[in-house]
Amino acid sequence: MSHHSDHMLSDGAVLWSQVILSLPFILAALGYAAALYRSKRKNKKWSFYRTLLWFTGVLCAVISVAGPLAQWAHTNFTAHMAGHLLLGMLAPLLMVFAAPLTLLFRALPINYAKKVTKLLRSRFVNVLMDPFTASMLNVGGLWVLYSTSLYALMHEYLVLHIFVHVHVFLAGYLFTASMIYVDPVSHRRRYTYRAVILTAALAFHGILSKYIYSHPPAGVPSRQAEAGGKLMYYGGDAVDLVLIFFLCMHWYHAARPRSVERGRETCQTV
Amino acid sequence: MGNTSIKNIYKSSYLSRNLWSGFLFGVGIVAFLDETLFHQLLHWHHFYDQSTTNVGLVSDGFFHAFSWFATIGGLFLFADLRRREGLWLRRWWGGILLGAGVFQLYDGLIQHKLMRLHQIRYVDNVLAYDFVWNGIAVIMIIIGAVILRNTRKSAEGEGGA
Repeated sequence: MSHHSDHMLSDGAVLWSQVILSLPFILAALGYAAALYRSKRKNKKWSFYRTLLWFTGVLCAVISVAGPLAQWAHTNFTAHMAGHLLLGMLAPLLMVFAAPLTLLFRALPINYAKKVTKLLRSRFVNVLMDPFTASMLNVGGLWVLYSTSLYALMHEYLVLHIFVHVHVFLAGYLFTASMIYVDPVSHRRRYTYRAVILTAALAFHGILSKYIYSHPPAGVPSRQAEAGGKLMYYGGDAVDLVLIFFLCMHWYHAARPRSVERGRETCQTV
Repeated sequence: MGNTSIKNIYKSSYLSRNLWSGFLFGVGIVAFLDETLFHQLLHWHHFYDQSTTNVGLVSDGFFHAFSWFATIGGLFLFADLRRREGLWLRRWWGGILLGAGVFQLYDGLIQHKLMRLHQIRYVDNVLAYDFVWNGIAVIMIIIGAVILRNTRKSAEGEGGA
């Protein structure tokens, strides 16, 4: 959009933001590969699907922060929303199911693994991993982004642009991990609690989508806001369908009848 | 004790679970039909209507999210009833009709009319559409309630005998 160009980030700044934002994901891919290598050397097996999920997730995240889609997202709101669905919902979903912490524990020497465990059991992580906190950071953060001038400011200041994108991914990951327990969790929340918060978060995500549809963020043409709002609404539905399915499936397994359990030699998992 | 009477005891101890599994799935079915049939295929319903009230948006958001959860949760409850051999299909259907009717009536009266979320179809005689929509909802509620009452009575009859 030429009439915006004087306020927007320069081409150089856009390039920098793409490099800075894709770097952590490239490191994440290398780190997972290194952990996989170490765990294989200890003759421990690791699921091919989890590995595939991690790298697909990383790819989704990189596509959203660097390359043609990221470039287009600077001037087109619908492209921006497509990128945010990839970065904040699909990439976290795939990466949570890749169980990176479980792999990390297998790869680390015992004394380091103990330190990580201590960190995961800390009060700070405990508060962050509460579905309510995670939802506030995730969906609450989106409300701040799209209902204030932050969205417009993000396209003027490089630091804000990077901060918002890092936040969208981390909050998306935290949200997914707080709802579906794939990796070990120190303080598990009850299924009913997670179900209620997940439904509320999904509701506010849908409400925000329709709000964007009818109240475009500053500088966004109404056509793009309408398409972007619809994309957010239905894209969110698709990812949340997967979240709800796995939450219910874990619940279903946890609530299996005792008589069936007695028949088998299953140990009680806490 | 024969095999059937054991099954009957199972049935009557899962009375409410059969109802709720059906009810949740019924809410889900109506929401799903509303979305696929009326929004996507026929394009009668609109994603957003200029006269939508704020409370309408909030209500829509919550019911949309809830119905998504209800569809999947209701089916997992169904699977749970099957593995416990406590499924009572008649009562489950009663739950479906009640859930579907209640949600359709809420959608038709409160969300369409009171909160003005959107209309059923953007035509002159929308009142006729409203009449059919809510009429079907009331019929589903009545049939569902009758089935649920009968199944409860028959379960209680067996318990007393």
